[in-house]
Amino acid sequence: MRLRLAAAAALALTLTACTPSTSSPSSAPSDGGARTGTLKVWLFDEPNRAPKEAVVNDAIAEFTAAHPDTKVDLAYIAVDTRSERFKGAFNDPASAPDVVEYGNTDLPEYAAAGGLADLGPAVTAWPEGADLGADARASATYQGTLLGVPWYVGVRALYYRTDVFTELGLKAPTSQAELVEAAHTVRAKKPDLFGVAVGGKYTFGALPFVWDAGGDIASINSAQSRAGLKAYTDLIKPDNCPPQQCADLTGGKTVELFASGKAGMAIIGNFNRAAVDAGAAKGKYAVVPLPGTKPGSIAPAFAGGNNLGIMRNSQRPALAADFLTLLAGKKYQARMYDAMGNLPTLKSARAEVAGKDPFLQPFLATIDAGTKFVPLDPGWGKIDAAAVLPTMIEKVATGKATVEQATDEAATAIDAALGS
Amino acid sequence: MTTVVAEPHDRLRPRRRTWTPWWLLLPAVVILGALFGYPMGQLGLLSVLDFRQAQVSGGQPTRFLGLANYARIFGDPQFWSVLSATVLFAAACVVATLAVGAGLAVLLTRISKWPRLLLSLAAMAAWAVPAVSGSTVWMFLFDTDLGLVNQTLGLDGVNWMYDRYSAFALVGAVVVWHSFPFVMVTLYAGIEAIPGSVLEAAAIDGASTWRTFWQIMVPILRPLLAIVVIQSIIWDFKVFTQIYVMTRGGGIAGQNLTLNVWAYQQAFAAGEYGLGAAIGVVMMVILLVVTLLYLRTLRRTGEPL
Repeated sequence: MRLRLAAAAALALTLTACTPSTSSPSSAPSDGGARTGTLKVWLFDEPNRAPKEAVVNDAIAEFTAAHPDTKVDLAYIAVDTRSERFKGAFNDPASAPDVVEYGNTDLPEYAAAGGLADLGPAVTAWPEGADLGADARASATYQGTLLGVPWYVGVRALYYRTDVFTELGLKAPTSQAELVEAAHTVRAKKPDLFGVAVGGKYTFGALPFVWDAGGDIASINSAQSRAGLKAYTDLIKPDNCPPQQCADLTGGKTVELFASGKAGMAIIGNFNRAAVDAGAAKGKYAVVPLPGTKPGSIAPAFAGGNNLGIMRNSQRPALAADFLTLLAGKKYQARMYDAMGNLPTLKSARAEVAGKDPFLQPFLATIDAGTKFVPLDPGWGKIDAAAVLPTMIEKVATGKATVEQATDEAATAIDAALGS
Repeated sequence: MTTVVAEPHDRLRPRRRTWTPWWLLLPAVVILGALFGYPMGQLGLLSVLDFRQAQVSGGQPTRFLGLANYARIFGDPQFWSVLSATVLFAAACVVATLAVGAGLAVLLTRISKWPRLLLSLAAMAAWAVPAVSGSTVWMFLFDTDLGLVNQTLGLDGVNWMYDRYSAFALVGAVVVWHSFPFVMVTLYAGIEAIPGSVLEAAAIDGASTWRTFWQIMVPILRPLLAIVVIQSIIWDFKVFTQIYVMTRGGGIAGQNLTLNVWAYQQAFAAGEYGLGAAIGVVMMVILLVVTLLYLRTLRRTGEPL
């Protein structure tokens, strides 16, 4: 009898659970929710977190002092597993945070999942909101809705070894042809160095070449994109960076190579400065914008960066907006630059840090010359996950496919992902 | 099952008795049904739905797609190349695992106490190492610039992951290293259970070690071998960690993708759960067919299992 009951119970359980679980989107309280209580905040963990933590802790102290009876419950989440954490938070509103830091390339995916709240009204009401540039606002806008406040941006430029360049009588390249020539010279004269460290898995190192040639991700098999890709993959050759060593390098690996003194040049971000200074290259390098094909021009860089946003399920959106605008304000953006080297997004804060640090000049020049972005489409997540662009670069670099074949193949995958 | 030819004295017993095995099986059926039936049912259900991240978090409605997910998989040329690579890779790993495991099991029965203890400990250690740590350690050993192997052999700058086959061979070695202890221990237990008189008789008849192994041990161990082979097929076909860690998610230009890594990349990392479920169903069916075929050939050769 007991067994029969158990069987019946198991059967009932199976039947009631027949449809896959879907969390119903709960809407945030329209009055802004409670002004007291615990605010849950997720920020990204960093390789060297202590300086970030110190700044954020000061912001929390300032916030709780101004908002009685509030507490901030802060968690640092790993960047590698952020996708799972965010998906989990979207699926289980009860355990979701209120304020989140997220990568700007993740925006469309999160937006399509309906996970982020509209920040338009909150940013309009925020006095410093007007200081946010139009390009910054656009990078956090999805289908007309502002879903985040850009917290910092990061761009890549060309780091080069001043000691090696002086020894070989080279000068900082101002065009792509000069870059290639300098790379070949370094490799030829110093065979234990790579000319310019480039990698098959380094998408954001390759894209500036494609963009500079007039191509784009959405038209990766156009003649312009192909020319740009060829310029990049021609660098993954024995006379600069042999495919044996460079075909599977990631962006992070090229940073390591340059930092440890194994490369004459590398395409590295302003946010990697600490990593380079921790290596053998410390004090022996300078930075110029990555040159384009036209002499004197700058190849468009990818505008990476992180946004701060509010989860749509947040029960305290007004309180969350207060904390977000505090953390995204000029004071803490400038302090985050001092702590982490994160480039501010507010124009006044950027002008302030640019004034006191000449290191930033090439990066700011790169931003001023115009930056590019990955397609603002949830399909980008799929292109990224399926490693479409690295596969394309690696196929060409290893000679497994011609530029034409590899780009056609990638275009098919990209069209399918963006079309869905 | 139902047409049981009863023994003569069974005919006198009441009919009720035939239900007893079912009652005894029921608890197991209920638990297994709940633990396996439910997830498998859900997997099958998801595989016919348009179920992506947007649907999970309630941003968009779930739609019934029929077999569209399956059509997408079978229409993708990459699926077929990944599938054939997976089958060949798994087959090579199964053969190598069995050869190493069986060879060392026989060796264990022939060596004295201390070497046996050392070999067992070494095998247990390999078995106990988590796949991620094991793969990472092997990566260090075979690192292009700083690896012990390249430095010892004087192969500076050789990237083992550059060539498709050397990469597969290296990952295969790690897979075998991780899975041979199970085969070795199982077969060693089996060999130890073979009555000494049988082996003695073979020795008196003048059989060589080789012949004793193939004509005495293997037939007696057949049921154990069946388990070990099926386990190995399932493990090696589903290999994920070693490939994912060692080839950084599928190797240069995806040359070392296996079905599981491909499924993860295409479906789960991209939040396409419906498509991922369909790949899961396809893998399950392939494994089921392979296992059934293997069991059938075993039966054909006359050994009931």
